[in-house]
This record gives sequence, structure tokens and C-alpha cells, in this order.
Amino acid sequence: MEEIRKRFIQGFFILIAFIYVGRLFYLQVIDDTYKLDAENNAIRKLIQVPFRGLVYDRHKKLIVSNTVVYDLYVTPKKARVADTLRFCNMFGITRAEFDSLTHLARVYSPVRQSLMLRQLSRQDYARVQDAMVDYPGFDFQVSALRTYDSKAMANALGYVGEISPERLAKQEETGDDYYRQGDYVGVTGLERKYEEQLRGERGEKYMMVNSRGVEKGLFKNGALDKEPIAGKNLITSIDINLQAYADSLMQHKVGSVVAIEPSTGEVLAMVSAPTYDPSLLSGRTYSKYFQTLNLNPLHPLLNRPPSAYYRPGSTFKIIQALVALQMGVITAGTGFGHGGSPINCSHNHPVASDVQKAIQYSCNPYFYQTYKRIIYNNNEKNVFKKSAFGLAKWDEMVAKFGIGQSLEIDLPNEKKGKLPDVPYYDKMYKGELRWKFSNIASNSIGEGEIIVNPLKMANVAAIIANRGWYYRPHLVKGVGKVGDIDEKYKEKLSVGIDYRHFETVIGGMVAAVNNGTVSSDGRMADIQMCGKTGTSQNRHGENHSIFIAFAPRVNPKIAIAVFVENAGSGGAHAAPIASLCIEKYIKGHSDRKAIETKWMNKGYPINIIRTTPKTDNAKNAASKKDSVVKKVDEELFLTTPQSLPLIGAEKPNTFKIPMKPKR
Amino acid sequence: MARQETISKNLDWISVLLFIVSVMVGWANIYAAIYNPENPLWIGDAGFFDTNAGKQLIWIGTTVLLIIAILVIDYRFYETTAFFIYGFFIFMLLAVFVVGAEIKGSHSWIRVGGFQIQPAEFAKMATALALAKYVSTPMVNLSRFKDQFNVALIILIPPILILLSKETGVALVFASLMILLYREGLPGVYPASFLSIIILFVLSLIYPSWQIFIGLAVLSGLVIWILPRYQRKTRNILMILGVAFAMGLFATGVDWAINNVLQEHQRNRIKVLIDPDFDRKKTGYNVRQAKIAIGSGGLIGKGYLQGTQTKFDFVPEQSTDFIFCTVGEEEGFAGSLLVVGLFLSLLLRVIYLAERQKSRFARVYGYGVVSILFFHFMVNIGMTIGLMPVIGIPLPFFSYGGSSLWSFSILLFIFLKIDAHRSQVLSRW
Repeated sequence: MEEIRKRFIQGFFILIAFIYVGRLFYLQVIDDTYKLDAENNAIRKLIQVPFRGLVYDRHKKLIVSNTVVYDLYVTPKKARVADTLRFCNMFGITRAEFDSLTHLARVYSPVRQSLMLRQLSRQDYARVQDAMVDYPGFDFQVSALRTYDSKAMANALGYVGEISPERLAKQEETGDDYYRQGDYVGVTGLERKYEEQLRGERGEKYMMVNSRGVEKGLFKNGALDKEPIAGKNLITSIDINLQAYADSLMQHKVGSVVAIEPSTGEVLAMVSAPTYDPSLLSGRTYSKYFQTLNLNPLHPLLNRPPSAYYRPGSTFKIIQALVALQMGVITAGTGFGHGGSPINCSHNHPVASDVQKAIQYSCNPYFYQTYKRIIYNNNEKNVFKKSAFGLAKWDEMVAKFGIGQSLEIDLPNEKKGKLPDVPYYDKMYKGELRWKFSNIASNSIGEGEIIVNPLKMANVAAIIANRGWYYRPHLVKGVGKVGDIDEKYKEKLSVGIDYRHFETVIGGMVAAVNNGTVSSDGRMADIQMCGKTGTSQNRHGENHSIFIAFAPRVNPKIAIAVFVENAGSGGAHAAPIASLCIEKYIKGHSDRKAIETKWMNKGYPINIIRTTPKTDNAKNAASKKDSVVKKVDEELFLTTPQSLPLIGAEKPNTFKIPMKPKR
Repeated sequence: MARQETISKNLDWISVLLFIVSVMVGWANIYAAIYNPENPLWIGDAGFFDTNAGKQLIWIGTTVLLIIAILVIDYRFYETTAFFIYGFFIFMLLAVFVVGAEIKGSHSWIRVGGFQIQPAEFAKMATALALAKYVSTPMVNLSRFKDQFNVALIILIPPILILLSKETGVALVFASLMILLYREGLPGVYPASFLSIIILFVLSLIYPSWQIFIGLAVLSGLVIWILPRYQRKTRNILMILGVAFAMGLFATGVDWAINNVLQEHQRNRIKVLIDPDFDRKKTGYNVRQAKIAIGSGGLIGKGYLQGTQTKFDFVPEQSTDFIFCTVGEEEGFAGSLLVVGLFLSLLLRVIYLAERQKSRFARVYGYGVVSILFFHFMVNIGMTIGLMPVIGIPLPFFSYGGSSLWSFSILLFIFLKIDAHRSQVLSRW
């Protein structure tokens, strides 16, 4: 009896012990959730933001650097502010702001640090530092601020700002968790494109905290901690002197300058006008200026070179000539008169008896005829089929120049532009074989449905400078060290046109500059510039002035495209600016001081793009063609925010194709 | 000198070793629980003896003195004075109402100099002695109602006094003496009904009353059905039905009792046991944090002094009632297994020792030691791993606290002292 009871008691003890061991095994070995809970409880990961990479120009001149700034943190429970007024004066905040900031901090946690004021300058910091002894509970932490050593490159560089909720949401979709709310991130431009290289590697510090969130030292003595690694520096291909020079030439104007080194595809300058002082969007002034800039009807935040839409105008004639020569539908010596063309020239010029003269004088009928030959260069009998067949062939060749294609430049928001193809016209004319050459003839002179941007046309200039090939344009020579760039920028691309045809065309471009459509301000005595003017029609006022060029003729150093919105003809306005840039780049300075001053100070009446509904015009648009034109035209300014409060006079939409004859 | 030699030869060194290991491991964990990585203190550092680890070191030192005293005192002293000791601590329990200091809401401490002594802790040992004395009296038979009544009186007086001073946890410990009585011949129906009441109590918390009723009906039907034919008398069937009915009444009463008798925090502690997510911020917080601490330890733990939950105040009462969390977090499953193993070994060892006693007093007292240690072990570790409600009683030899260390050491070493003289008992008879 007693023996059984003894056994029973022993058995009970052993049973309980086994139940507990089983339970412990489950809690400690099988169930993982407690480990996570424990970490959430007691370990706080502190992120240490590394210094963002610097940005240099091609000659290692600093464009963007970091300045040390100081963030003020408050620990409410420790904070003692004897003299609130003095404190407020010291930091330039109002009593109400002070109360709301400290209240927010207290609500967040009485014992943990809260960010109170961001980005105090070194001077401010020095000023208040001594006084801070009287204010326990306030601490400074070092932080960095983007600083612009040159203000000339705001648009291409882009800016850094707090990450947007959209981008955070997008990150969540991809399952990444790098950024958190309040993190700084490249928002536009190179800052965005090279975000991952510039941002460096964040450091992590694991702190142990107690149940009230007070820090209690390094977790595992810092065994898991990671030191922050500063971001890699960007060595851009920009020549900051040229960039600043081009920028100053573009003041009072709206438009773009893009310069490329033909032999490498490296972008030497990329100006978007109007621009802004990039330091306005850095740090504490961001919120103050961003809205102003964003709502400005001239879109200073838009980086026009890769993102704006224009018709190429007559600059496109070069491509037409090259394609026609390559196809063999014309030869270097082919001539056309003005007769038989619905598109005319506005000016009298000697008969375009060969291709060179046609380019020199930018003869519209010549290219009408040329384009007709290109399109009809096949054996189809039906004129509609013939047109469709011809257009497809033409598209194929033009696309190689990058028209309607992405050039894959290392900038965000590059727009492809448009190269109309057969489906496009089928859709426009609501069915196959419902259009023929006469419907698409305005393409011949770069009007119609072709849409480009300044970057593309600079690249076309580079292709001609190289006589038939190019590297994809890019702004970065290297990340960290020169040459460390994406492989796609090292790939030589051919446009499939024979070398000799380029020499023919270049002859015409030289003549255009020296004795053609280019005005005298655009001529240089000592540098042989080869260029082509363009006058892009639009419904927002005066024509856009376009000029593409390269120089010197032999062994070209620079290819350039200049777009000046609503300035007038290409030869008179864009060409002088281009010539000055080329001169500056090749010689380091301009000998034509008077011309330089003239063009720096030159301004044009600013035309604000209206986006209000055009009710009357819409009703009057009787013909199919008109409505089509309007549609394309609207696409030209897709970049205009619809909600903009606009100022300025409305210009009625009057132009039609065929358009005013032009140079 | 001769006596000293006998002691060292006859003392059960296995138990002593288990005791020493327990106290040392316990102290190491108290040190870990109060360890502050930003300001680590070691013996000799200023302020060290203000920490629980420092104070516990003093308690351990005094405990050694106490043990020596116990071993020196004649072994017959305890048997002879058992009732006197019992009476003394009853007096002390009464005294706290007059001279007691209030600490953490309970009115059960007596201040002596800078330290506080809790008589309730020692009352366990005194009761075990008195019980052993009474049960070992010739002619006492635990199957007789009169003796059962007397025994109940001895056991119940201290916890009632302790309950009055609001130390529920310590009072509950006295229930463990049921184990002792069971071993000494108390009819099995007592522990059986005690256990079934507890089971029924828990079930009635989990399931609604009507489900309990159905369960009881089915169960009683089942019992009647398996009853041998010759046992199926009306009287037996009525008895079974009566028991079932009583249980049903009890189950109904539990709800009432829970809502009317228990205090709210006690009620919540039981509810947390059933639903771990109950009241996560307050009552549930402790249990949850304890489980997080232990659960995050993994197989081999985070390493000594590397625990994060048990320092930094996530786990409440880290060095006293929840000391096991430190073991679980820093030493992992391996360490937990060691501690459970230590206790099980000690318990089984003391049972073995008790069973080899020639004197009934010694054996009964041995079982008293086992009962009390086991209850503390079961409830204390059980509450940290969510198997027992949170009852604030210490883990013997591990938890910080002078009264508890003293009382458990005295409890154990009185037995070891008596055990060392077991042969003399025989020679005397």
C-alpha cells in the first residue's frame, strides 16, 4: 500500500517534470515566434545614414557635395527649458511652434529622443552650442545636406528629398524594405537614376532598450552592427564650364542645350531653361520653394532635354537625305525644283540642284519630292499599299537614328518621342489602306507626326559627326572610378548608312552655316561648324528655334542641339547660341564678346501654354486632318499639368499643314 | 569532535551537492537578472551590495551559518520542540498584524534592522514539523475522521492567518501537504477529489456550464454502465449520480465564485492562463513577457548576461518570482532542462531518503519537505511557461529573497540533519 503510494508520488513528480520539459521544448526550440517578439521588445535597430556620394564633372571638379548639418533632438523627460523665450529666439521658432514640437515629442515618448528641428547649419550650431548647457535633454546629431558647388546643372542632377508615399508603396509591392518614411532619396535626375550607387550602404546599430524604450547599450557588444559605407562618387561627363556657359546663354529663354562628345557618347552639357537654384530644394527650404517651382507655368522642374516634346522641323531633313541616299532613290547630284510640291519655301533661294544645296537652303519642295520617292520606292501597284509598304521601310531606317526609340540615357523620364508607323496611321485614319503619301507628306520636312526631344537631336548630330555610328548618350563616365559604367554605354551602334553619304550631307551642313540658313551671329571664322537649322511649328505662338551642329568638321569634338521655344527661325536664334557653346568648348572662351553678350541678354516673349478647353476651335475643326493635327499637337505638351492655374494671353490655334513656308 | 565526524560521514552529500548547485546557479541568475551592461557591478564595486545580487550574497552567507547551526543542534531537538516551533510561528503570524510592515500590498513582513523577514515563509517548515510530529504519534490513523480533523486544523491555521495578511500565494502552498498525508495513509478519496475539483474548476472556466453538465451526465452513465453487475445496486447508482450532481453544482458555483469571491487580479490571472491574449497590457503582459523571455532562449540560450528580456525590465520580478525566465532566456532549453533536472533529482532524492528513515517522524517530515519543494517548483516554473496561474511564490534556492532562502534551507537541512542520525534512531529503539 505504502509502496504503491510512494511510487505514485514519484510518478506524479516525474510526470509534471516531463510535462514541463515538453512545454519548454515547445516554447524554446519549436516555436520561433518568441524570438521575434523578444527582438521587437528589446532591440532597436538604429539606422546610420552614410554620406551620399559626391558628383564631379569630367575634369574632377566638384558639382555636388555634402555639408554637415545638425539635427536637434529632444528627450522630453530630461528636457529643462528655463527660459522658453530665449530658447525660441535662439532657434528662430515661435512659442507656438515650440509648444507643438515638444508636445509631439512627449506624445511619441517621454523617455526617447524625438527629432525636433532639422538641418541646422554649422554656423547656427556654433552659435547655440554654448548656450545648450542650460538646456539639458536636448541633443544634436550630425546629418548631411546636399550642397551644390555649381548651380548650373539643377535639372539633370535632380534633387534629393524625402521619399514619397507612392514610392514607399511601390517598394512594399516589390517586397523591399530599404526605405522608411522620412528617408531621403534621389527624386529626379542623376540623383534618382544613380540612387543605389550614390546612397551607399546604410550602417546598422543594434541598441538594447528597456521596457520604457531607454537605450541600454550595444546589443552583443556591436557584433551585428554595420558601419555605414559612404556612397560612391559619380564622375559625370559634364564639362561644368560649358554647362554653366550654356546655362547663362539660355537665361531669359525657354528651351534646351544638349552637347555630346561624338566619339564617346558622353554628354558634355545638358541645360534646361528656365532652371532653378538647386540649393533651394535642399534641406529646410525645400517645402518653401518646391510648390512655387512646381506650380510655375514654365515648368522649371522639368528636365526638357530628355523629356520635352517637339517636332524636329527642318533638322529632320538631314535624316531624310541620308535615308534617300542610302536607298538610292536620289544621288548626291539629284535636283528638284519647286514645282509640283504642295509645300513651298518662304524665301527665294537658288534652285536645289543637288542634295548639298537642298540642305544648305533647307528647301521644302526638295524634301517633299525626296520623301515621296522614299515612300513610293517599291513595286506595289495600289497607292495605299505602296504608301504603307514604303512607310514601313522608311521607319526601319529612321528608327536607327533613335527617332521614336529610347536612347536609354542614364536619366529618369526619358521620353521616346514618336516615329509614326503603319498601325499609327491606320488607327488615325480608322482602317488599313485608308491613307497614302499625301496624307503623311508633312513628315518630309520634320513636321507632321514626328516628335523628338533635344537629346535625340543632339544624338543625331553626333551620329553625323561620327559618320554613321554612335554610343548611347550618357552623363556618367564612371561610378566610383572612371569607366565603371553600364555595358550598354560601351556598345557602338551603327545606323546602317554608308560613310560617303555622310560626307555629302556634311557638305550641305557646312554650306548651311557659312552661306545658308544660319545667320551671321552663328558663324565662326576659325572653327568649321557643320549644322542644320530647324523651325518647329507649334500652336503656342512663335515657332521653336532649333539648331543641331557639330564641330570641327574633321575629327569632331562636340555635337550639339539647341532648342529655343517660341524664338523664331532656327538659323537666327538657336544657331548663334550653339556656335558660342562650340567655341567655348573648343577654345575655352569666345572671341566674339559682343555676340556673346547679345545672346546672353536676349529674351523672348514668354508664351504660357493654355490648357483650357478649346470649345470654339473644336467645333470649327471640320476636316479630319485638322482634328488629327490637333491631337498630335496636344501630345506635344503632355508635360503640362492640367490643373495649372495659368496666366498669359490665349493664342488661338490657327495653323494648318501645309504650314507657313519656312527656312 | 566525534559528533562532527559522524555528521560529515552520515550527511547525505548528494542532497547537499544538489542544494549547493541550486543556490549557486540561482545566484548567478540573480546577478544576470540585475546586470546592467552599461554599469556592470562586481563584488567590491560601490553599490554592489545594494543590488539584489549583492544582498543575496549576504543572505547566502548567513544561510551557511544557519545550516551550521542546524547541523550542530541535537537532532532530537526538532522532534521534541516541533509543536513549540509551530506555536512560535503561529504567534509570529499573529504578530505581523500588530508590528508588521506593509510591502507591495501584503501585510506580512517584520522589519529587522535593514532586512525584512516574512514569518509566512517559515510557517511552512513549522507546519511540516508539527504535522510530522502529530502523524508520527502512535495510535494516530489518518483514515479516522478525528485525526483527519486534527491534521486539517494543523494545516489550515497558518494559511488562514497568511491569507488574512494578503499573501495568497504562500497560503496556497499548504495545500501541498496533501501529498504528505496521502503517503501516510490518508484515504485516496481526498487527493482524488481535490484533484478532480481542480480539473473541474479549470474545465468550468474553459467550457460553458451546459457542456459540463452533458459531460458529467455522459460520464456518470459510462461509469454505471461499466460497473460490474453485482455492484449495480440502487445505492451505488444513486451515489454516482449524487457525485455527478454535486460536481455539476460545483461547476455552476465556479462561475459564481470566480466573479464574486476572487479579487479581480486573481480572476484575471486565471483567465490569462486559458486565453494568453487576454488583457495583454496588464495581467497578460507578465505572462506574455515571461514566455517571450523563455521562448527566445532557443536551444542553448543567448549566453550568460546576454539576455535582453530579463534585464531591461520586460519581465516583472526578474530576480524573485520570475527568476526562471533568466535561466530560460540566457541558457535556453539546455539550462531549463538542467534546472528541472536539479529539482526532480532533489525531490526524488529526498523521497528516497525519507523512505529509508526508521523513525516515522523523520519520514513524515521528509515528505513534508518534498511536498513543499514540489509545490513551489511546480507552480513557479509552471507560471513562467504559462501552465499555471501567476501565483507569487519563489523558486526554492533560486529566487532572490532572504526569507525564502533561509526557510527552504532550514526546511531541507533539518531533514538532512535528522537523516544523518537515522542509525542512532534505530539504536535508541
